[in-house]
Amino acid sequence: MDTQLDLWEVFVQGKSGGQFMHAGSVHASDKEMALKYARDLYTRRNEGSAIWVVLSNNIVSSAPEDAEMFFDPANDKIYRHPTFYTMPEGALQI
Amino acid sequence: MQQTTGKMKLAELETNFERKIQAEEKIEPRDAMPEAYRLHLIRQISQHAHSEVIGMQPEGNWLLRAPSLRSKQILLAKIQDEGGHGLYLYSAAETLGISREEMIRQLHEGKAKYSNIFNYPTLTWADIGAIGWLVDGAAIVNQVALQRTSFGPYARAMFRICKEESFHQRQGYEIMATMMKGTPEQKKMAQDAMNRWWWPSLMMFGPHDSDSPHSGDAFKWKIKRKSNDELRQKFIDKTVQQAYVIGLTIPDPLLKWNEDKQGYDHGPIDWSEFKNVISGNGPCNRQRMEHHKFWHEEGKWVREAADAYKKRISTLN
Ligand SMILES: [Fe+2]
Ligand SMILES: [Fe+2]
Repeated sequence: MDTQLDLWEVFVQGKSGGQFMHAGSVHASDKEMALKYARDLYTRRNEGSAIWVVLSNNIVSSAPEDAEMFFDPANDKIYRHPTFYTMPEGALQI
Repeated sequence: MQQTTGKMKLAELETNFERKIQAEEKIEPRDAMPEAYRLHLIRQISQHAHSEVIGMQPEGNWLLRAPSLRSKQILLAKIQDEGGHGLYLYSAAETLGISREEMIRQLHEGKAKYSNIFNYPTLTWADIGAIGWLVDGAAIVNQVALQRTSFGPYARAMFRICKEESFHQRQGYEIMATMMKGTPEQKKMAQDAMNRWWWPSLMMFGPHDSDSPHSGDAFKWKIKRKSNDELRQKFIDKTVQQAYVIGLTIPDPLLKWNEDKQGYDHGPIDWSEFKNVISGNGPCNRQRMEHHKFWHEEGKWVREAADAYKKRISTLN
């Protein structure tokens, strides 16, 4: 049985202090190999200052068809947004 | 990836697919999609991936004979990018439920194709220029249009690839421009490469719209956003001017500016040659496949050793 090794997901942080963003996937058999392949594949033009790799099998995803129900709790809470509030006229820097 | 189970019915899911396509939203791997859509994408994306990988061979042919250290470094970086493009695309196809082992098996058994253009040989250094300028140039036109394709992972791979491609085309054009400023022999070499690569490059866009009856679904599902002839026209219109600038002749006596359509008309494409090469009789078909199979087998022990090492360290932790 041939193998193309395990599938890993790659997250790259562009500049230090920034967010890690999903860049794509690599095949590798262990974590060191996954990191090196991710470096060679996704940061050949200085796109990264740090990389996370995680086995794809360890990622849990919500179901797209349940999105409406799943995210429903956030739908009726507009008071979580600053624009919900009426500010007294003349108040500055708020 | 694991997924929590969804609770919608099939009919609802399919309307959801239609709605997303209509609204120009991307289809993601976990979204419900018609089986024919999934199979169409697997075929197209795996063929695209194989093309990137097989395309490394004609260029690799000149790595050890590149005329300077600079050109060798550039060519090496370019080929490495192409390998990367293959990997992005294999990953995109894998999200549709096909394994990489299976895609490679289909390639080796001749069930999956790769772009016909890579069945031509690279005879001189000018061919490296012609490939970068014309072949990558044609690929860019096609791939820019595919950035708007409806399948999310494919579209994202296209964005990444397009960002890397423009250096490929520019390095090729630079080689051609340099040779056109060289000795008479070098100029002749550049024109000869132009003559051999021009028509196969036009064929990369596939048959004329009037002869491609299967593109209906691809348009309906927004996998394909521009027709073969539209893309080919775009490529011709930008490339002709670039050829003139460096003094190259387009090997098409019927090529003529058409004021009404604000584009060039071109002479007839020899589709019998295209069919002949695609059915396996091109100058390099056998060599390309044998080379891929040979190195795939040669690398097997490395994959096995990596796998054994993984199992070993997992017992140690
Ligand atoms: Fe490429
Ligand atoms: Fe390229």
